[in-house]
Amino acid sequence: MNRTAREAVGLIAQRELTMRLRSRAFRITLVLMVLMVVGMNIALHLAHNSGPSIIRIGLLRQDTALSAPLQAADRNVAAVTVPDLASGQSDVRKGTLAAFVRSGPDGLAVTVAKTLDPTLGGALTTVARERALAAQIIRLGGDPVLVARAAGAATVHVTSLQPPAPARDQQRLIFGIVVRLLLYLTFMICGPLIAQGVVEEKSSRVVELLLATVRPWQLMVGKVLGTGALGLLQIVVVGGAGLISARLARTLTLPLSGSLGTLAWSLAWFLAGFALFSLLFAAAGSLVSRQEDLSGVQFPVLAPIIIAWVLGISTLPGHPDSGLVAALSMVPFFAPVLMPMRIALGTAPVWQAFTALGLTLLLAFLMVRLASRIYRNSVLRSGARVTWREALRAA
Amino acid sequence: MGHRRLEVDGVSKRYGETVALDAMTFDVHAGEIFGFVGSNGAGKTTTMRIALGVLAADAGEVRWDGAPVTHRTRNRIGYMPEERGLYPRMRAGEQLEYLARLHGLSRSEASRATRQWTERLGVASRIGDEVQKLSLGNQQRVQLAAALVHDPEILVLDEPFSGLDPVAVDVMSQVLRDKADAGVPVIFSSHQLELVERLCDRVGIVRSGAMVACGAVGELRSGGAERILVDAPQAPPGWAAGLPGVTVVGDATGPTLLELAPGADDQAVLRAALATGPVREFARRLPSLTDLFRHVVSNEHTEHTEHVEDTGGTAA
Repeated sequence: MNRTAREAVGLIAQRELTMRLRSRAFRITLVLMVLMVVGMNIALHLAHNSGPSIIRIGLLRQDTALSAPLQAADRNVAAVTVPDLASGQSDVRKGTLAAFVRSGPDGLAVTVAKTLDPTLGGALTTVARERALAAQIIRLGGDPVLVARAAGAATVHVTSLQPPAPARDQQRLIFGIVVRLLLYLTFMICGPLIAQGVVEEKSSRVVELLLATVRPWQLMVGKVLGTGALGLLQIVVVGGAGLISARLARTLTLPLSGSLGTLAWSLAWFLAGFALFSLLFAAAGSLVSRQEDLSGVQFPVLAPIIIAWVLGISTLPGHPDSGLVAALSMVPFFAPVLMPMRIALGTAPVWQAFTALGLTLLLAFLMVRLASRIYRNSVLRSGARVTWREALRAA
Repeated sequence: MGHRRLEVDGVSKRYGETVALDAMTFDVHAGEIFGFVGSNGAGKTTTMRIALGVLAADAGEVRWDGAPVTHRTRNRIGYMPEERGLYPRMRAGEQLEYLARLHGLSRSEASRATRQWTERLGVASRIGDEVQKLSLGNQQRVQLAAALVHDPEILVLDEPFSGLDPVAVDVMSQVLRDKADAGVPVIFSSHQLELVERLCDRVGIVRSGAMVACGAVGELRSGGAERILVDAPQAPPGWAAGLPGVTVVGDATGPTLLELAPGADDQAVLRAALATGPVREFARRLPSLTDLFRHVVSNEHTEHTEHVEDTGGTAA
């Protein structure tokens, strides 16, 4: 690329980026994606740390001794003292208490509004049994505390004959899925944006004015780079928001170095995948003159991305070692989506990861020529849709 | 500077079986306005697109100042495509600056040129508006500004006057004249032949992808057969029919228009006219550009007829 070509490509990319950044649609999408990742972290935070909400139960003053064993049985139980039976019952009716508990002759008596919460029921049963057991131990002349300690000390020793599979904990899985979702969405947003941008130039006919001063490949590469920068910006903003909120919400406690590795791979795969697909989207866009015709021509480009995503997201969480996914993750058109999923799960050997990346980049490199040819042959042909075959053949 | 020329030399282009251009040849000198006329589909747009490098020619060459036009030269051409187009959602001013910079201007030059041309063309107050929100007339002005904003050395304008209101036509004509006076070769196509006749130094008439007549307007007009308008009110119909070398072009009402074959004696015509009674007017008439154009188009028609029916004979 000589100086003027670089300048032209730079100007085109810059225009593409500024115009996209200014569009309402892009801003709204970005805000929604940030809200989505932050919201997910908040939801996970609540689900993990506070678990089920606090169960408030009422106890009479003489039963306050029940509070400690109840909390031991279920740490979400909070006991409050109520002055008498009537106020306990009315608090349950009003809903300020989940249950009102009294010790009775044969264990515990519980008053609830409709049905007893099963968790609370379990805790109350445990406490009632412990109390009956303790009473029997005392009657037999034993010490309930000693019995409880002995029971607590008994453990089960496990000897496994085969080494356990590497731990694939929940966090790692979710982190991998979120990163992939982000990249998938970026492909699915930026690819069609490129195609739309090409069609916009065709349908507004500004392309002839542009081609009087820049070459078709410069226009195509400029658009692709500008939109790529936009996609990268989107990933950095949304990914950063996700990472920071995950740290703050303590939903991601994996060592940061591990996350950075996943992120670095994701970035590499984003760039490789983008290089491969973006040019095809540009070529697809150049075939038609109206936005309405776009969905038909860009479907063949979208299809492998969607297939890879659906296959990966439905198969990998249950079967991380799926042979089909492993094989497809080596095929360039599927690799940009599937391989980083396997890398995030830790099931892809390093050689496979690098081989797939190499193959994808090689195909992307070949695609530059092919896409340039299609683009050059069809970008000035307005009117009816140009077929892929015509675009490839025409000189 | 005045000796530089834009030469279109033997440029041919075919689309499958259709011949769009057949050895199209002409040149435009620096400082000259060249009008490019012809029926729809005659090859004007194709010629301009090839000159701009938007299309590739099958054969032939376009040269500027003796050297083949390259990508670098094209950056110095101002182009107005027949298919008007600007980014609909981009602000007019930004768009002009962007186009100027694509042509190699620096940021400050681009913004200065944008201001200058939008002021000159009367759209300065609109530079902050998106192009799609401008009226059609203002969009046309911005489109012209887009062709001028990088201070081109050559102007190639495809139908620049179509869709313009009379005021804008005057502004545009003045701009083209000023550009030509500054030493820029200006080539434009148009169907408004009176305008071409008034504005152009030279005219080229294209038919079926080839130049059929090319020259100064006066030269072309006088190059045709000599015509004489005779107003002899008392002359009976057909009074001039028998004169040697004279063809009656029109005598439906009032004055008779005669076409004289080379060497025909106009004085004999005058005597014949005087013989019928008083002669109020006896004047040489040059055919208008419209007449020349019609002649070219009707020739094309005749050729077709001859080709298909093989009748030969009477040419209209």
